[in-house]
Amino acid sequence: MSAGGFSRRRLVALVRKETRQMLRDRSNLVVGLLLPLVLVLLFGYGLSFDVRNGRIAVVMEDSSAATSSIVAGLAGSDYLDPIWTNSMVEAEGMIRVGRADAILRVPPDFTRDVVSGGAQLQLILNGVDSNTAQSIESYATGAIQMALAHIADRQGSAAPSGVTVVQRVWFNEANTSTWFLVPGLIVLVMTLIGAFLTSLLIAREWERGTLEALFVTPMRPLELVLAKLAPYLVIGAIDLVMCLIAARYLFGVPMRGSLWIITLSSMLYLLVSLALGLVISGVTRNQFAASQMALLASFMPAMMLSGFVFDLRNVPPVIQMVSQILPATHFMGLIKTLFMAGDYWPQILRANAILALYAVLLIYLSWRMLAKRLD
Amino acid sequence: MRVWLIRLMALIRKEMLAILKDPSSRALLFAPALMQALLFGYGATYDLTNAPFAVLDQSRSAPSREILARIEGTGVLRRIATLESSDQIAAQIDSGAALMVITFPPDFAARLAAGTEAPMQVILDGRNSATAGAAGGQIAAIVARYNADLGHAPPVEVVRRAWFNPNYESRWNLMPAMIASLSMLQTLMLAALSVAREREQGTFDQLLVTPLSPLQILIGKALPSIFIGLVQSTIIFLIILFWFRIPIAGSVGLLYLGLLTFTTASVGIGLSISAVSLSMQQAMLYTFMLIMPLMLLSGLLTPVGNMPEVLQWATYANPLRFGIDTVRRVYLEGASFTDIAPNFLPLLAVAAVTLPLAAWLFRHRLS
Amino acid sequence: MTGLTVRAEALQKRFHDRDLGTVTAVDGLTLEIRSGELTALVGPDGAGKTTLIRMIAGLLRPDAGALQVLGIDVIRDPQAVQDRISYMPQKFGLYEDLSVQENLVLYADLHAVPLAERQQRFARMLQMTDLAAFTARPAGKLSGGMKQKLGLACTLVRSPDLLLLDEPSVGVDPLSRRELWKIIQQLVDEDHLSVIISTAYLDEAARCAQVFVMNEGRLLDQGPPATLRQKASGLTFTATPPAGQPARQLQARLIDAPDLIIDAVPQGDNVHFIQQPGADLADLLGGAAVQPRPEELEDAFMILLRGESEGQPISTPPTQPAPAMPARRGDGPVIVVRDLVRKFGDFTAVASTSFDVARGEVFGLLGPNGAGKTTTFRMLCGLLPATSGQLEVAGLNLRHARAQARARIGYVAQKFSLYGNLTVRENLQFFGGAYGLAGRDLRDRIAAMTRQFDLEPAAKSGLLPAGYKQRLAMATGLLHGPEILFLDEPTSGIDPLARRAFWRTITALAQTGVTIIITTHFMEEAEYCDRIAIQDAGEMLAIGTPREVREKAGPEGAKDMNSAFIAIVEAARARRAGQVAA
Repeated sequence: MSAGGFSRRRLVALVRKETRQMLRDRSNLVVGLLLPLVLVLLFGYGLSFDVRNGRIAVVMEDSSAATSSIVAGLAGSDYLDPIWTNSMVEAEGMIRVGRADAILRVPPDFTRDVVSGGAQLQLILNGVDSNTAQSIESYATGAIQMALAHIADRQGSAAPSGVTVVQRVWFNEANTSTWFLVPGLIVLVMTLIGAFLTSLLIAREWERGTLEALFVTPMRPLELVLAKLAPYLVIGAIDLVMCLIAARYLFGVPMRGSLWIITLSSMLYLLVSLALGLVISGVTRNQFAASQMALLASFMPAMMLSGFVFDLRNVPPVIQMVSQILPATHFMGLIKTLFMAGDYWPQILRANAILALYAVLLIYLSWRMLAKRLD
Repeated sequence: MRVWLIRLMALIRKEMLAILKDPSSRALLFAPALMQALLFGYGATYDLTNAPFAVLDQSRSAPSREILARIEGTGVLRRIATLESSDQIAAQIDSGAALMVITFPPDFAARLAAGTEAPMQVILDGRNSATAGAAGGQIAAIVARYNADLGHAPPVEVVRRAWFNPNYESRWNLMPAMIASLSMLQTLMLAALSVAREREQGTFDQLLVTPLSPLQILIGKALPSIFIGLVQSTIIFLIILFWFRIPIAGSVGLLYLGLLTFTTASVGIGLSISAVSLSMQQAMLYTFMLIMPLMLLSGLLTPVGNMPEVLQWATYANPLRFGIDTVRRVYLEGASFTDIAPNFLPLLAVAAVTLPLAAWLFRHRLS
Repeated sequence: MTGLTVRAEALQKRFHDRDLGTVTAVDGLTLEIRSGELTALVGPDGAGKTTLIRMIAGLLRPDAGALQVLGIDVIRDPQAVQDRISYMPQKFGLYEDLSVQENLVLYADLHAVPLAERQQRFARMLQMTDLAAFTARPAGKLSGGMKQKLGLACTLVRSPDLLLLDEPSVGVDPLSRRELWKIIQQLVDEDHLSVIISTAYLDEAARCAQVFVMNEGRLLDQGPPATLRQKASGLTFTATPPAGQPARQLQARLIDAPDLIIDAVPQGDNVHFIQQPGADLADLLGGAAVQPRPEELEDAFMILLRGESEGQPISTPPTQPAPAMPARRGDGPVIVVRDLVRKFGDFTAVASTSFDVARGEVFGLLGPNGAGKTTTFRMLCGLLPATSGQLEVAGLNLRHARAQARARIGYVAQKFSLYGNLTVRENLQFFGGAYGLAGRDLRDRIAAMTRQFDLEPAAKSGLLPAGYKQRLAMATGLLHGPEILFLDEPTSGIDPLARRAFWRTITALAQTGVTIIITTHFMEEAEYCDRIAIQDAGEMLAIGTPREVREKAGPEGAKDMNSAFIAIVEAARARRAGQVAA
């Protein structure tokens, strides 16, 4: 036995013990492997900002060939699902009961106004879900402009003039929300394993009184900390592979950064998240409190405040500061860049340095917390 | 009947005391709801408030300056850098420093003056497509107005009017949803632990040998959780109404009727979990496994309508979907009872299945 | 080996609790424990035994004083001590999801036992503990007795310089207890192991070389059992009641006279008692014949503790009978069990069991861990459906009975299942309400119960000492004046003093006509019962009065109920083994 007392043999024995316990408790495997799988599928398929089949009630108070051809553009759009009606009252009712998200009203004098100039179409949107409303607005106006351009073309009128905006969306050419949600999912899964699984680990040993017996052996606390982390690193690695495969082949998210940097950074974040779970576990010494704290202090913020869906550039400075404290925020930024933009080294170095710092700090804390004392 | 009520009241009182006096469940009651409502109220937003952008103005002309001035005039877009060459664009976007880079080509002013198409380029950081979309939309709107002011009005003008949320504030959409979702998170957990905790501590046997009937136990267990769920909802409701000042359009009574039905359904699910679980750990695990899909498939973050058809059908079993929808529609749209009546059916169906199931399981899940 | 393993000087340990304030668990303790010996720590709840053991193990840091273990200052260098000692906490410290073998290997690895030595050591441990056939079984699936033996084996994977055992025999049946002590004794004799053991059983302490009697964090007395025993010299007697009078009644009368009598327990048809020095007992004893008997360690212990709680009566018998209590007795059985069977999958927990219990009877269900007595008990209370057979309690099957039928029974669950966060009053209010009591009735009953059981209504029930938790559990079970009271191991983990008080209440209740069904691990308590039944492996092995059961056990049974129990169970097991072999 060395002077520091650290023994590889004991570490191996403890790792074996933790691995066996993990494998035998079916709930561990359910949360560790099944839940991530369910999440991958749900996130990938269930969460989307991309409006499809936006339901738009079209009120034709003036039906002429011209209006028909303009409005026909709506039906051609993949994103809109027009419902034809003749009554504004009926259309308003549709919005009220939630059967339509928008109304396009073609007023009675429309055809005449087109000729005389100053023709107006009325677009009424349910603004409650601003994202959907904005999407429908731009799809509807786009479809109408296109139809007008067509008409103008046929009539051979003047070429368009004025300022046009050429929009290019970098990193996400397909402009689909799946591309940015799925990489974020890796963060959530890694957080979940740490938050829910490891937060129970030490608390469980406190509750069952096994820690007391373990303390009165030559075992050193650091050996126990490392042994508790090891099997869950493997579970996390399996989840990571699962996420990467799903991202690449199921959801077609590009992977522009190098795979090994994605893997290494993810494993580093996993380590941080596992160690955070251990610290929570050691602080509470109670499984219920541990899982609550893990949920409230680690998982929920990672979902809401890390820039996963809500862009941190939009939030007030105070919230930004809070989010900067979360390790999840740094990893979230990094993983999105790695997936969609590529190896951007300043960010890789910075984020990994912060994560490494957290890992060291949290492992040190959980080690201190396992000082062999009951009081 | 009097004795029946005495028994029930004794149980309800005990349940309330047990929840309020248990440090771990007490900690769950109000602080997290309050904290999350505030934190998420500010943090969970799709709206541009201070979006950084960079400019590469190769035209250096009056029209480009005019457009830039209009962009900066919105107050929600902030110029952080003025670039000298196109080589610098990548660094701005890659690092995330700028959400977008606006480029005016050298011949921009000339083309505009010549009455031909004058393109300006907007490069957006697509790592968050929602923000990118919002920023792109802003620019398009500003430019359209600029064109109109120059007299390049299109032959047909689309006049847009948004009901219920005229300024498209995403907070208006998210916050009322939290009235339902945040309180569900904890009522589900409370209900799920209520029987499991007694099982683990051995008090449930003691309860079962008393003359309390399964119905009494069910009511006694459900009411306190429902009550606490409603109190949590109220806290969040008040924060939204008075702190975030989102005006309520509908009737408060109808809102609460919806919340009551929704909470009852959630508590039914929670109690069923609790009756099945043998330990608190199991109950927490099941709850957690359930909460994730319930949250994701509720329309909280993204609309149900954007999901694939199969998942949309699955959401009919999710009380949170209808809870959120009811709250949003009553709160923001001022929906009447008949407008939202269809929402009550799935909620009542969930309650009608889970509550009797839980009551049956109390006595039949023993060994 | 000679010398000291533990040397404590003016040791002090306080705990801070939000509700209780500062509690002094160990208060200026000075003691020396010799090595190579078996040393016992005895004392009632809250005596500070566990705190002392944890301080010796380096798990708690004393607030003041000096503590040397194996010559090492454990306060300064706990790890050096932990490298050399072994410790079994109250919950055994086993990983329930690991197998017997895996638990052993884990501890062997942690203690760096060389592989060569390990095989031989494991073989010896498994043979000693009889666990060789179960090495692949998860520890969680072992019976209480087997867990305890495995816990011990894990501490003995190498020969420690000191072995600490914290109440290893709580909740363990007499057979398992005997086996455990055989192992410990063997190790002390053969390996000269130093062992410190805390225990609530004084017959266990009597086997030790040195006994320390603790109370409220202080040392009351110490010495070899033979020396301690002498405290009771000349004060111990056996009284035989006149024919026809149950021993229990005489015992009750004696124990209610604390000025004259220190302690009294029924023993067979007689009553063992300790008198106060110089007391005149002629009136109290009535016609009972009295003979001196040799003093035991338990007698000395009772004298020491009674000296501590001077003036307080040992128990408070019910001041009034419960309301609406029909004081009927002997008018037919209130519990009828015929061919009761309960199976879990293909495991038969209770095999065709039949018995009756008469009104006003105290009926004891005894058996080793896993014998099926808890299953029987739960079926009686209506908590578990029977697989087959007939079962009537007060003329009804409680499982299907309506609320009114359940209102006629009272139930005290194992570990006194109370709502720990609620106060005594709130617990009583809830159970009273659940039984339909309200308003004035409820207030009166709660007042009567708190008086009778000497409970503080505002105290938080989770923080009560075990003895008071048990009293509260009794109070909740009796609040509504039930006809039948079910008690599941109500004396487990309770010190002898509290147990006396408990039985005094039970005997008083039985006198008012309440039928009592009780399970227990303390065989001497069977002597309080009118009739007992012994179960093992789901089968009913013996049923009858304590005397009949002891007679059935043959010569062994004549000694005491513990021996009778072991003899009966072992005879049945041998018979079964024979049948299997044949």
